[in-house]
Amino acid sequence: MNKQVAIIGAGIAGLEAASILDSMGFKVTLVEKAEHTGGHIQNWHQLFPDRRNATEVAQGIISKPLANVSTEFNREVTSIQPFAEKFIISAKDGWVFNADAVLITTGFELFDAKRKEEYGYGIYDHVITSAELETLFKKENGVTLRIGRTPSRIGLVHCVGSRDEKIGNIFCSKVCCVTAVKQAIELKELYPECEIYCLYMDLRMSGRHYEELYKQAQEEYSIQFIRGRLSEAAEDKSGKIIVKVEDTLLGRPLKMTMDMLVLMTGMVASAQTASICSSAGIQKDSDGFFKASDPHLYGNITGIPGIFLAGTCSGPKTISDTLSDARSAALAVQSYLSAEANN
Amino acid sequence: MNEKKLAFGYTVSKDRQIDFDEASLELYNKVCAAEPSIRLCISCGTCAATCSAAKFSDFSLRKLILQVRRGITKGLQAEVSKCMLCGKCQLACPRGVSTRALIMQINMNLQKTGK
Repeated sequence: MNKQVAIIGAGIAGLEAASILDSMGFKVTLVEKAEHTGGHIQNWHQLFPDRRNATEVAQGIISKPLANVSTEFNREVTSIQPFAEKFIISAKDGWVFNADAVLITTGFELFDAKRKEEYGYGIYDHVITSAELETLFKKENGVTLRIGRTPSRIGLVHCVGSRDEKIGNIFCSKVCCVTAVKQAIELKELYPECEIYCLYMDLRMSGRHYEELYKQAQEEYSIQFIRGRLSEAAEDKSGKIIVKVEDTLLGRPLKMTMDMLVLMTGMVASAQTASICSSAGIQKDSDGFFKASDPHLYGNITGIPGIFLAGTCSGPKTISDTLSDARSAALAVQSYLSAEANN
Repeated sequence: MNEKKLAFGYTVSKDRQIDFDEASLELYNKVCAAEPSIRLCISCGTCAATCSAAKFSDFSLRKLILQVRRGITKGLQAEVSKCMLCGKCQLACPRGVSTRALIMQINMNLQKTGK
């Protein structure tokens, strides 16, 4: 039963699957492109919808026992080649590894907000991303120091890089709406006198307790919601940000000045997806993420037996969905390897 | 030449943009203090769908609430007066907004300021 499993990516999906496959008795190697495990969750302050401390959750995943798991750091996998019922995994630095099964958990990348040039990210000082705001929340006085004053008005822009065919992403990133509501509440707690506006197209409060959080944002925190997609942001002489949006529920254009504009950047497929797909002979979906052979019945299985998927590499997911997906992928890997052993 | 011949029929169009930097949220803040449930409105339009007054006029409570939120007070008094205070909207509202009390508050505050 000492089959070798390679898990590509040591984010939360990779770690969760590793600890389960490890407990099943497989030899597991985590292959991580960065210098540390954990992935994006390391940069987060609090998680929606219950505002759980992100470090605590990350620790809960990282601290799970990994008896026979080895981790390779700084290995950016570029190809997975099926060869004689095994798989040859190659990294950018020339490192090569053999495994009996491969679980891809390469996750997502944040949309590069600079591509949405009309919103001024990278041009104006006080336009930041939702991910940057999280890191500011982690530091004492982080937001105030970043703006350079106590803000009186902050805007959060939904759907940046998502639901936008102009930049090539037709899909919804799923997590940004509720993240905006959560961050709006956190900002209001920091600055009770500050007006906070969410500029949205639709509010997709799809998860459990998200709608309650939205209601709480309105009722207890007086967060205001304006339905309309920002057309552009500009900077005034004092460095404040002027936004133009249509209040689509009133049918009138609206202009307002903000101390800071937060762009809710969505998820996009990670850069190595294309090269892994072409080398392994598995399919990339129309949205750029990995494609499962049957998204309804076999969400963790690719077209090539022995190569599996888990987490956001196969599309935007929340943390809890990612962990469930990782657990189900571990079972799929086990069932493949034990069937192989019986042959 | 008389003046009539010089009129080309052009006029200056009024700017329709809501300049939120110039808007006064005084009315909203007062109404909000007296009837906090205004915060709960999600602009779904259930109130306007069931509204008896809306059948015979262009009255819309959904729009009225939004105008108050955006600091638009011009013409509001005439709008509010279209409501018959029947309270059907209150039964229909999915967010539990106290619509009648809200309309009364808007009306009262508008009368005070004479707008």
